[in-house]
Amino acid sequence: MLDAVGVASVEDLFADIPASVRASEWDVPPPLTEQEVRAELARLAGRNRIPEVSFLGAGVYRHLIPSVVGEVIGRPEFATSYTPYQPEVSQGTLQSIYEFQSLICELTGMETASASHYDGATATAESALMACRLTRRSRVAVSAGVNPDYRRVLETYCSGPGIEVVSVPVDLAEGGDGTTDPAAVESLGEIACLVAAQPNFYGQLEPMRELADAAHAVGAQFVAVVEPTSLALLEAPGEYGADIVAAEGQPLGIPASFGGPYVGLMAARMASVRQMPGRLVGATRDVRGRKGYVLTLQAREQHIRREKAASNICTNQALMALAATAYLTAVGPNGLREVAELSAAQARHLAGALEAAGLAERRFGGTYLNEVALRLPDAARRHAALAAQGIVAGHPLAHDEPALRDTLLLAATELTTDDDIQRLVDALEKTR
Amino acid sequence: MSVAEAPPSDASGRGAAFSGAAGGDELTIVEPLIFERSRAERRAVRFPSASDTARAAGAGQPELPASVIRAHPPRLPEVSELEMLRHFNRLAHLNQAIDLNFYPLGSCTMKYNPKVNEWAAGLPGLAASHPLDPQALSQGSLELMWLLAELLKEISGFAAVSLQPAAGAHGELTGMLMARAYHQGHGEGDQRTKVLVPDSAHGTNPATATMVGYQTVTIRSNARGGIDLDALRAALGPDVAALMITNPSTLGIFEDQIDQVIAAVHEAGAIAYMDGANLNAILGRFRPGEAGFDIMHFNLHKTFSTPHGGGGPGAGPVGVSERLAPFLPSPMPVLVAGDAAEVRANARAGRSTPGAEFALDDDRPRSIGKVRSCYGNFGMFVRAYTYIRSNGDGGLRTISEDAVLAANYLRVKLHDVYDLPYDRLSKHEVVFSGRRQKREHGVTTLDIAKAILDHGIHPPTIYFPLIVEEALMVEPTETESLETLDHFVGVMREIAAQAASDPEAVKRAPTSTPVGRLDEAAAARRPDLRHRFGDVAGAPAAPAVEATGETPTA
Repeated sequence: MLDAVGVASVEDLFADIPASVRASEWDVPPPLTEQEVRAELARLAGRNRIPEVSFLGAGVYRHLIPSVVGEVIGRPEFATSYTPYQPEVSQGTLQSIYEFQSLICELTGMETASASHYDGATATAESALMACRLTRRSRVAVSAGVNPDYRRVLETYCSGPGIEVVSVPVDLAEGGDGTTDPAAVESLGEIACLVAAQPNFYGQLEPMRELADAAHAVGAQFVAVVEPTSLALLEAPGEYGADIVAAEGQPLGIPASFGGPYVGLMAARMASVRQMPGRLVGATRDVRGRKGYVLTLQAREQHIRREKAASNICTNQALMALAATAYLTAVGPNGLREVAELSAAQARHLAGALEAAGLAERRFGGTYLNEVALRLPDAARRHAALAAQGIVAGHPLAHDEPALRDTLLLAATELTTDDDIQRLVDALEKTR
Repeated sequence: MSVAEAPPSDASGRGAAFSGAAGGDELTIVEPLIFERSRAERRAVRFPSASDTARAAGAGQPELPASVIRAHPPRLPEVSELEMLRHFNRLAHLNQAIDLNFYPLGSCTMKYNPKVNEWAAGLPGLAASHPLDPQALSQGSLELMWLLAELLKEISGFAAVSLQPAAGAHGELTGMLMARAYHQGHGEGDQRTKVLVPDSAHGTNPATATMVGYQTVTIRSNARGGIDLDALRAALGPDVAALMITNPSTLGIFEDQIDQVIAAVHEAGAIAYMDGANLNAILGRFRPGEAGFDIMHFNLHKTFSTPHGGGGPGAGPVGVSERLAPFLPSPMPVLVAGDAAEVRANARAGRSTPGAEFALDDDRPRSIGKVRSCYGNFGMFVRAYTYIRSNGDGGLRTISEDAVLAANYLRVKLHDVYDLPYDRLSKHEVVFSGRRQKREHGVTTLDIAKAILDHGIHPPTIYFPLIVEEALMVEPTETESLETLDHFVGVMREIAAQAASDPEAVKRAPTSTPVGRLDEAAAARRPDLRHRFGDVAGAPAAPAVEATGETPTA
């Protein structure tokens, strides 16, 4: 091959790198055989301790991932293809994304959905930027009940174009219900959107319809951040007036995997589709009239519009979107309802059992669904003591909100067993 | 009956329809939407119901108010596990993929993804690790992230690396936010409002500059395909925040004046940003941090072989020089107990270091903040770490040597039949032009790409970079055999010959794919973006199409 190319050595192929900037020696370890590299990765995996019992959620939930979901996303035709630039040989990816868009619209009650977002936090941030484009306003209001990670990412994204972020407080007072006050929206001035979460980060159910009305009253978009499995039970955001919906897709068949990869769900009204960031798939016909799918409305996107694009997003989070599509197909409407109901029933079981044992009390009034904030004395020490026994007693909220000292956020899913809850009760008893 | 009019095949309980397509004798697979396979009460998975114990214990808890309950259940499909699996397997058959076909998609580095990477990412100790687990339980995940960042520092010559960005464009956003924070820290935040971008750049570069509130200034390329140094110097000034440059460029060319480029940017007080999309060409030969770049994003899915997944997930870590390190996203995995050199040496030997302890440092007051929830696409870190350790020092160098050799081989084997606007030594890819075929035979690059499909090969990237007329951007990567490259050469020569002898045949392509050329203009004019369930009378319409319209692109 070197002869064909007309060079004497491999070195000659790099002759165009100026001598002054050629790499010096590096210190990269020698290669490993497969058995050696497996041993190294097994070593690292073994250094993690996966808890025997966990009530940790706070945005990432351990649900059953049906075996068939792994089978689908493991198909190399999905895993080792790329963005479907050549639709004639990408109909598998394209149709599966069209199905994903349809499923997310159905779940959220919205009219269009995209499959491009990295996670719930970035989907939320992109939603806020989209609202700014739609309203031509540059101030964003975010409920303090939105996941703190999402709020931090939103602030980072808004810092670039100089968009102001204002926080709408949540009632954290003793005896309060831990929700956002719709009446607080009126005084926020010219806001592009109000972002609120259902359930909110503290597990509490927000008055979404009233919040949507309050946002609309000041000419703002209402961005609903939701948990997708809850939508089997809870009113669809499209019904209560959401203009844009953002969500973390991880609960839909994607492993926790220490934080990623996940998929951000994003859905909106059709009237706003041209300000929507990310890839969209549309149905069309081929030259013979056969139905097929293509990437469409690309005039929004960076590779066409460059500096005038709706976003710099290039990713099409297809494989994770496929996991969500396969998950929703596997569980169907009845299965998703069972997941949501059992998660809620075990959260009630958990809160009821801890309250009955006099170990904890609910921190807020109001209503919760699958995750509940409980106050118990000396929470930090007891949380650590339980962790050492392989029991993770949820997420200590003092990390995020100093006012919530001695408060743990505990999640249940359909994988939470009665025995798990009994073990939590017993372990907490011993740390009294 | 033509396939177009075929009823959804599940109407009769049969599988997908295989029929002779109108006007052709090939078999065509038509897979209906999953919604069309749905039958009430079918399902793949069952869940237990709450126990009596659970119900009794929860009895006193607040009920859901009727006002928040959903009126109608979502119409998700109801199918058995077998029906579902067949559906997705049939869809899979409609895709080309690296594991099936040569996929020389320029700029995307479609190399083979070794399967041991997948094995590693699926290890329960890693896949089941919750990002908010107490750090004492997550030492393996944290050590892996720390070790990967150390390796990326070594490979790139940067002082610090954040793994947090989730994709290349996300790394760009992170990098430019850091550039901005740096200038603000020096009291020049308001003054530096422009970002310089060569005309050969990826579209993400100018789009990123806009997202960070910068104005993009395009710098032209010179006749040799490199950045025009005079134009660059003329554009640089106290109002410039950064230069974003891809090196090797999207023409597959190493900027052979890169030392002068970096010096000029620094002289003007601006930040030198390198788009690391094409790092696959220069491993062990050029370390951007060492050469003076301030910021670079990696594309783990390209260089370090994490699968592309139909477009994602990727991962786009950023490396930075010392002066930009304080601005990296927060949190960062850090070693809080133990000696870094000892931990690296032990990991090299496959050993854990007694007493070593890792943590997430979130006390970073000058950080630009968080760009993603949690810490990044951890599953991609596992794969990239596995890949880097498998290849090691010698393997990584060989990757670039073989990738560059393959691109140059295609260059010399095809440059007599396709125009080569910049006939220079190639790095990872080579960009041909189909302008001769268009001018002489009326066969466009789009036609050529469609003809390639009929040979079971994924076409190169087309119509990019924008500075090459009728561009065909070919990136073979290091993982293809000489026989595959020769086969591709044969196919490309055959298509060039056919363009001359029977141009209409090329323009009819593809004829062997599951569908033929699709009407993209109609898709954009009347967007159909979701299944309608047959009960929506008037679908909501999108506003009128913008004047810019649709352009064929890759």
